[in-house]
Amino acid sequence: MSTPSSSLLTVLDLVPFGQTGPEHRFFALRLSRPDWPDWNRWRPGQFVMVRPLSFGLEIPWARPFGICHMTARHLICFFQVHGRGTQRMAKLAPGDEVRVWGPLGNGFAMEEDTPTLLLAGGMGIVPFVGYVNRHPQPWNLTMLFGHREPLGCYPVDSINERIPVDTLREPESGDLDDFIFTLQERIRDNAEQHGLVLACGPRPFLLTVQRLAATFGARAQLSLENRMACGVGACLGCVTRTTAAWPVAATRETPVQVCTQGPVFWASQVEL
Amino acid sequence: MDLSVTLKGQCRDLTLKNPVLTASGTFGSGLEFAPYGDLASLGGIVVKGLSLKPRQGNPRPRIVETTAGMLNAVGLQNDGVEAFLNFKLPHLPWRETAIVANLYATSPEEFRELAIRLNGEPGIAALEVNVSCPNVAAGGALFGQDPKLAHAVTRAVREGAPDKHVMVKLSPNVTDIALMARSVEDAGADSVSCINTLLGMAVDLPRRRPALANIVGGLSGPAIKPVALRCVWQVARAVRIPVVGLGGIITADDALEFLLVGASAIQVGTANFLRPDAAFALVAELPAACERAGAASPRELTGALVTD
Repeated sequence: MSTPSSSLLTVLDLVPFGQTGPEHRFFALRLSRPDWPDWNRWRPGQFVMVRPLSFGLEIPWARPFGICHMTARHLICFFQVHGRGTQRMAKLAPGDEVRVWGPLGNGFAMEEDTPTLLLAGGMGIVPFVGYVNRHPQPWNLTMLFGHREPLGCYPVDSINERIPVDTLREPESGDLDDFIFTLQERIRDNAEQHGLVLACGPRPFLLTVQRLAATFGARAQLSLENRMACGVGACLGCVTRTTAAWPVAATRETPVQVCTQGPVFWASQVEL
Repeated sequence: MDLSVTLKGQCRDLTLKNPVLTASGTFGSGLEFAPYGDLASLGGIVVKGLSLKPRQGNPRPRIVETTAGMLNAVGLQNDGVEAFLNFKLPHLPWRETAIVANLYATSPEEFRELAIRLNGEPGIAALEVNVSCPNVAAGGALFGQDPKLAHAVTRAVREGAPDKHVMVKLSPNVTDIALMARSVEDAGADSVSCINTLLGMAVDLPRRRPALANIVGGLSGPAIKPVALRCVWQVARAVRIPVVGLGGIITADDALEFLLVGASAIQVGTANFLRPDAAFALVAELPAACERAGAASPRELTGALVTD
């Protein structure tokens, strides 16, 4: 695992995804590669805090983003315009400077020979781009991707070139029961193969995965996305409660920080 | 440039290599920030509030970003004083920088017990008494809004920890902060730190609900700097013990403003969330800022505000 660092990075480009025009809401932000000593030891599922200098004092917090990809040349984040911070970020231009610290958190388990089911809900697909790209045996991976916006809004092309991806669009499938049934079948099959289930997405989606994983005895990890100010474990804004299965006795009595103890947890060890 | 300052107390002095401390609740145990700078370069680290037993804190959402600030209602979550002493303190550079234990309790007797527990700990340089947390139901701001209670709590800590520098953190949520400062000075405080957060609230408009689960919380960050400066100025004129200023300090120039209105040292709080190396950067920028202000040291600037 790499040691986190902080540095000032330069915006290389900001690429809109999906529909273009003034209302577009999905972007890939490509930044110069951080000058971090061991940047290449990052693990998919880890995240970075990004704070454009243009936030000034008006917008105090950096924003957490799962690392989409990091190479010798650049760091790529992917975001959806959601609030005032991401609205400001959507106006970034090449050459602008942003402060970035990371890689933060723990990342997803990666077991080369294990059949691994990736469950992505909406923007939850982002960390799996890096996961698929860095997995040494991608033929052991399959993905189920549930989304609301058109497929072109998400960085799914870079994944489905390498692994099988089944996509379900909520308005088209029309029936949440169908989606949950599919999820149930896939998790059950994976559990029978003694595989690994990894999930990232909205809380209701994670709750369903957690319930199904418990039902079928699947080994599952969930990536939580709680509100955080610092990303380093100090603000205690992102905490979550753990279950009796949490292995660290010293922190069983108090909630744990998602930013430093997570954001990826074994499904059996956290209360959502 | 010699950046050192000594907070001359009534009972115990506190000497800092520079006047920059980190504010409680914004810097964890300190270890969280070790990857981003040299902890030993700081004047001091005021650790997250400690209680006798572990505290769960408040439900989420506990934090909200506001314009130029943030609200928190964390509710003093911590693993308890023993966990800190056993698992965190040994890893901190306490021989090189002052570790200040921020204390929270629900009664003067409990404060005394905490003080007694910490009095013999060589790694703890000072105690900061939290009589001003707005986010807990028992104690907290109640102690800091009643001069008699604040006096009783301070006296209890003073008696429990005669070997430690005792700093009392004051609340701005009072009519007369100078009165509160005099009250804790009379009880034996060696210094005061001001200010703690301002009581505030935010609304989640689409949901028509309070943005914090606790409904109200403590406002911090650049938004409160003018209030903090005013409080430090009023308190510094009211007491003889040193004042440590905090509230929205981001840059070295901000720090100098606090020194001018009467602070002898400062604490960096919400700035630690803007960038994790904020406090380290401020220490590095301090000599140049002093030079720009025409001062040979930070000490020269304390109370040097020209008002005529």
